[in-house]
Amino acid sequence: MEQIDREDVAHVARLARLAASDEELDGYLEHFRRLAEFVEDVTDSPIEDVEPMAHPRDLYQRQRPDEVTEPDGREDFLAVAPQTDDGYFLVPKVIE
Amino acid sequence: MMWRKSVAELRAGLRQREFSAVELAQAFSERSSRLQKQLNAFVTLTPDRALQQAEAADQLLADGQAPDLCGIPFAAKDNFCTSGIATTCGSRILADFVPPYESTVTRRVFDAGASLIGKTNMDEFAMGSSCEHSHVSATRNPWDLERVPGGSSGGSAAAVAAGLVPFALGSDTGGSIRQPASFCGITGIKPSYGRVSRYGLVAYASSLDQAGVMGRSAEDCAWLLKAMAGFDPRDSTSLEEQVEDYPALLEQDISGLRIGLPVEYWQGVDEGVAASVMEVSRELEQMGASVSEVSLSHADLAVSAYYIIAQAECSSNLSRYDGVRYGHRCEQPRDLADLYSRSRSEGFGAETKRRILVGTYALSTGYYDAYYGKAMRARRLIADDLNQALESFDFLLAPTAPTVAYGIGEKEQDPIDMYKGDVNTVAINLAGLPAIAVPGPLSEGLPVGAQLIGPYLSEARLLAVAHGLQQRTDWHQLRPEVE
Repeated sequence: MEQIDREDVAHVARLARLAASDEELDGYLEHFRRLAEFVEDVTDSPIEDVEPMAHPRDLYQRQRPDEVTEPDGREDFLAVAPQTDDGYFLVPKVIE
Repeated sequence: MMWRKSVAELRAGLRQREFSAVELAQAFSERSSRLQKQLNAFVTLTPDRALQQAEAADQLLADGQAPDLCGIPFAAKDNFCTSGIATTCGSRILADFVPPYESTVTRRVFDAGASLIGKTNMDEFAMGSSCEHSHVSATRNPWDLERVPGGSSGGSAAAVAAGLVPFALGSDTGGSIRQPASFCGITGIKPSYGRVSRYGLVAYASSLDQAGVMGRSAEDCAWLLKAMAGFDPRDSTSLEEQVEDYPALLEQDISGLRIGLPVEYWQGVDEGVAASVMEVSRELEQMGASVSEVSLSHADLAVSAYYIIAQAECSSNLSRYDGVRYGHRCEQPRDLADLYSRSRSEGFGAETKRRILVGTYALSTGYYDAYYGKAMRARRLIADDLNQALESFDFLLAPTAPTVAYGIGEKEQDPIDMYKGDVNTVAINLAGLPAIAVPGPLSEGLPVGAQLIGPYLSEARLLAVAHGLQQRTDWHQLRPEVE
């Protein structure tokens, strides 16, 4: 992250779908650089041989019978959407 | 004064008809509403829901069919989805969100007969350690209104400390129950990962999040934890393991405990804080525990590993806020890309955006191994250290946080400085272990929390040790003066 520049931060913001002004990008850049330095204890640590731990219990995902267990909540879920039409979520036109 | 009573006293009073559930709901709603202006502990007050639930509770009491928490008021952190009641997560992006479903935890607590007084304030999406990053602004510490209550469950902590509710739900991803409990002089337990269902608990970092309890004593916490814990088929990480009867096990034999003091957790801690927690240690010795030092050699990696992992997981979890299905949508989007990015940047606060960006970066091509991969390897070392220490010791004891509550605004401008305050709590989440924060003696008039860390699924023992301590001392009974 130390070598990161403003264009990298702008790229990350696009990936994360976050609009950011030039001033905000400068703030993020400063934060990225400071944070990169802060986490060096981990990133510079010679621990490549350690098995990564993604989950506290190293669990396997439990399986369940393939049965419908949830009630149909379609109306309830559409009711909290910003814009709907005829049972669908509405977004700006995607295909011309 | 009803609001000073313990859960056991409230239970007895309701059963002996000294007061009704409706009277309790009204009294706590009135107090919460009256102190809201000073403390800002709540995002939403729910007096109508409380009254309705209390009326049902009185009926069950009259019929002699009262469940455990029948008629007892409580509050829920605003990241538990409550059907028909706004759930904002302290974020503008969910400011108008009314969930169409109920979280498993709140459903279970409702089934146990409790009455919901309100939804408590929090750092946006539980990201923060001060309860300042909320769309409804900061919650204030009832011990000193110019100080933070801690975070992210700061609203629940302030509400319990000020007697607005007997106990409250919190969630803990890196210390968010234990640190505010410590800053506000109450007891808070973060259960083992998987012990309590995460269904309907709005996700921040899914491999770290765990719902828990904040109360004025270990005994009060035991009652609420018993009601909410247990297997839930709706959470794929939920544990299929019998829940112990926490209140009944409070008096279990806790003699001959071996307690380890992790030396790394006592370094860089303010003198007054260390002195207070040492006093707790001495009290445990007088209860028959043997106390000695232990080293956790990778402790210095914890904060960095935690912040990389938590932010990576948050960037993934928070991608769901897209302005399409629920939550804030920008005005007049030009196209779909504009709708996503403007809805999100208008809806999220500054700290949340920082974390999403850092997390996105840590997971992106070319940087994944250097950041997220490395952090996952460090996580293993940190967890192994703790689990190993817990083979030689029954519990580990350390200050919950290196300082007492700091001033509002003091760390807001320096996020990394705030992260450093989580140095003694984050490793516990990385390892998925349970821990309880209990008040020690005050330091310069402000509360200090001592953190007891236990092996996986040791909730009943942790609560029993905290209870034993609270039977001998009155630190947990010290209350701030707020009226």
